[in-house]
Amino acid sequence: MADTFRTLSCHGFDSRLQVSDFTQTLAETVREASASGDPLCIQGGNTKKFLGREPVGKPCFMSGYAGVTNYEPTELVITAKAGTTLMAIEATLAEAGQMLPFEPPGFGVDATIGGTIACGLSGPARPYRGAARDLVLGITCINGNGQILKFGGQVMKNVAGYDVSRLMVGAMGTLGIMTEISLKVLPTPKQTKTLVFECSSSAGLKKMTSLFARSIPVTASAWHDDFLRIRLSGVKDSVDAAAAELGGEFDPDGDQFWQKLKEHRLDFFNGPGSLWRLSLKPKNEVLPLTDPYLIEWGGGLYWVKTSRPPSDLIKIAASAGGYITRFNGGDRTENLSGLGDVGMRLNQQLKKGFDPQNILNPGRLFA
Amino acid sequence: MHSLDKRFLNEIKRVLPSHTILLSEEQRKPYECDGLSGYRALPGAVLLPDTVDVVQKILALCQRYQIPVVARGAGTGLSGGATPHPEGVLLSMARFNQVLSIDQVAATARVQPGVRNLAISEAVADFGLYYAPDPSSQIACTIGGNVAENAGGVHCLKYGLTVHNVVSAQVVLMGGEILEIGGEALDNPGYDLLAAFVGSEGMLGVVTEVTVRLLPRPIAAKALMSSFDSTEDAAAAVARIIAEGIIPAGLEMMDNPAIVAAEDFVSAGYPRDAAAILLCELDGGIEEVETDVATVSRLLLDCGAIDVRVAQDESERARFWSGRKNAFPAVGRISPDYYCIDGTIPRRMLGKVLAGIADLATQYQLKVANVFHAGDGNLHPLILYDAGKPGEFERTEALGADILQLCVRAGGTITGEHGVGLEKIDQMCVQFGAGELEQFHALKKVFDPDGLLNPGKAVPTLSRCAEFNAMHVHGGHLPHPELPRF
Ligand SMILES: Cc1cc2nc3c(=O)[nH]c(=O)nc-3n(C[C@H](O)[C@H](O)[C@H](O)COP(=O)(O)OP(=O)(O)OC[C@H]3O[C@@H](n4cnc5c(N)ncnc54)[C@H](O)[C@@H]3O)c2cc1C
Ligand SMILES: Cc1cc2nc3c(=O)[nH]c(=O)nc-3n(C[C@H](O)[C@H](O)[C@H](O)COP(=O)(O)OP(=O)(O)OC[C@H]3O[C@@H](n4cnc5c(N)ncnc54)[C@H](O)[C@@H]3O)c2cc1C
Repeated sequence: MADTFRTLSCHGFDSRLQVSDFTQTLAETVREASASGDPLCIQGGNTKKFLGREPVGKPCFMSGYAGVTNYEPTELVITAKAGTTLMAIEATLAEAGQMLPFEPPGFGVDATIGGTIACGLSGPARPYRGAARDLVLGITCINGNGQILKFGGQVMKNVAGYDVSRLMVGAMGTLGIMTEISLKVLPTPKQTKTLVFECSSSAGLKKMTSLFARSIPVTASAWHDDFLRIRLSGVKDSVDAAAAELGGEFDPDGDQFWQKLKEHRLDFFNGPGSLWRLSLKPKNEVLPLTDPYLIEWGGGLYWVKTSRPPSDLIKIAASAGGYITRFNGGDRTENLSGLGDVGMRLNQQLKKGFDPQNILNPGRLFA
Repeated sequence: MHSLDKRFLNEIKRVLPSHTILLSEEQRKPYECDGLSGYRALPGAVLLPDTVDVVQKILALCQRYQIPVVARGAGTGLSGGATPHPEGVLLSMARFNQVLSIDQVAATARVQPGVRNLAISEAVADFGLYYAPDPSSQIACTIGGNVAENAGGVHCLKYGLTVHNVVSAQVVLMGGEILEIGGEALDNPGYDLLAAFVGSEGMLGVVTEVTVRLLPRPIAAKALMSSFDSTEDAAAAVARIIAEGIIPAGLEMMDNPAIVAAEDFVSAGYPRDAAAILLCELDGGIEEVETDVATVSRLLLDCGAIDVRVAQDESERARFWSGRKNAFPAVGRISPDYYCIDGTIPRRMLGKVLAGIADLATQYQLKVANVFHAGDGNLHPLILYDAGKPGEFERTEALGADILQLCVRAGGTITGEHGVGLEKIDQMCVQFGAGELEQFHALKKVFDPDGLLNPGKAVPTLSRCAEFNAMHVHGGHLPHPELPRF
């Protein structure tokens, strides 16, 4: 699509912003929706439709708006239109020996970078290399008034104005439709090695948590089905030295394991029942769970499969100072848990501040 | 005399002991400015609470009486963020100076906002841990001020800024409500309010507790110093190192005037005749550091370095860094006054922008020394001037504004780490359009509907920008840059 220069003139002064026809048309759609009050459902690759609360509204397709708009490997920054697929971005980065440090799950080949950032999900490397929100540098978006706005930029350090770009991460499209996103990228480690240890969850957890305070190049950890796996990444000598120090067996299928864990293709995820996600501060004691579970993120994340009502899980999560979300399957009408009254009120007001008519993905994040 | 409502003061006296309410001019004077000393105002009163409960009561009263509030940490800010409001309260958070708890398992520390940046690393040193963001002001500045400014430091290239190293915070909102944001889980429900607070310059709430993420001390660290006979070559070397897949712990550049000033001050062993030096620190495992030192040395020579030196021991490493760490005071010795600019640009524009700055300096007949975070593209041109000479400060400010516009045109930003405050409020009109500013105001309103926290800072009003932009022709140049403004 041809990008054109337009001068947006508002409030008596001009701001020059490069705006594509697509974005301009989309902004028009949002302005119409805002006037009529008819909600819009922002759709990327439609790979995460299970996530969050029920989507409603007229679909607003983003996947046609695709392409990397700027990538300069020595800047460690990639900028892409929001409908670009995650796979396309990963392929572009791989050619230059770089990667998205937060290893986002795609849950399907059509996943877009817009949907990825809107969901704010991060993969196995999260505790060690940062989350989606840590790597967002800037965005262009359309708010609920149909205004085309640009926040942050393509530089590592930027403290001009509030950090609206990061606010969009995990907002599930309820604060704005992102049309372009700039992300920090990193060089792909020269070497990775996965170690596997046969052990109880309790021993596995203790080993995982012990790594936080040690200078060891860990980039993933998970315990499941009596096996703890630890991934090391870096230059060859350091990885080898760390592997020797940690012991365990070398897992030749390690890369595959992390890929399957990230995309939820391990057998565990196919078991019966809904999939629950418990997020908490890493601790040394294993949670008292009776249903099948998998621990990752150095003990900061539990996945639980169960068909039972969530009341026990909610209690267990709360007593561990964490919170729980229904990730996939079952009743989607529950409201967001884990926010206090003040927090909930501010979340709702913030939504209003960005989308006064409540037309962008209404109710997808909370009622 | 102070200008505050008597009834308000009487109520304040009921919640705070009298020795923590500073009212006389003599007592208020030390608070009249932060690190940007060109901007001054006497606050109506200075309050020194030391419990969260009292902060809540103060903010409730200020809301009720519609009294502006400016929070203050150590007052080292460089953009006037802590400049007092003459009709308001200056809320000093300095007495909140306790490290509350340290969690060795999760590698986090819960601290009060008045704890100094360096004091956190000192408190956790026995566990082999440290707090990574290290602003040059780290012996003095507070973690509350760091959160408010999203402070960075030499090690941020590899380890991130404040926003990447703070996991949760407790804040008191205008009106007195407590809000917990973020959390010690690795992700948290709802919008990322913590992201909105970090870097919000005291505009959204008063931070009363901060939990930071700690990192294990790297096993090995080595510093290299390389000298160049052109700044362009040095700038190219920065890109080459990154392109090789190496992220140094720190990658700093100094140009000739800065080198000479630092050398005269601390004798760091810098080559006085070099056009630029690059200081590069590599850390990690022993093997990794050895490999990286060899690779980086080779790249630097490839890029035209005339000399590359690897620090042979800890004392030499400390000496290499001493020149960089003392660069600001060193420049302070060679000029009666200096003004520190803080723009960020894409790395690939370094050479061009440095040349542009030199041109502008010539045009304004002022000297500029450059000391900066090259790895992040975060520039700190120091403009040398003499406030005693009529018109020189105005020329300096105009040159600073032009440098920031140059940064924006190069695809960068008007502030990398020092914040907007009062200082760069007009440059915000260059960086953002009306829509973005409206969105910022809408966000501010969610947390502080009456606009009582730090009024007049960080985000300009639309009318102010309309006025500012009317003074400018397009393309970012003043009609007559040679003429003093006001
Ligand atoms: C005609 C039609 C009818 C449908 N009916 C139903 C139905 O009855 N029930 C049902 O469950 N589903 C239905 N769907 C699917 C539903 O539209 C999707 O679940 C929804 O579009 C969200 O897509 P997603 O979450 O898979 O998108 P993903 O691309 O996976 O995105 C995930 C999240 O990110 C948001 N997002 C994506 N791109 C951006 C962006 N650029 N900026 C901001 N936010 C973004 C999405 O809105 C979503 O919240 C229907 C779809 C269509 C086309
Ligand atoms: C010599 C020197 C070197 C410097 N080097 C660096 C550097 O390398 N990197 C860098 O990023 N900065 C640097 N700075 C700038 C400054 O040190 C930082 O901005 C620092 O974060 C300010 O902390 P402070 O405690 O002094 O805050 P103050 O100056 O007191 O306040 C700064 C802002 O924070 C707000 N604030 C303070 N405490 C709170 C609170 N508890 N709740 C809410 N708001 C609050 C204030 O209202 C104000 O807006 C340097 C400054 C100097 C003087």
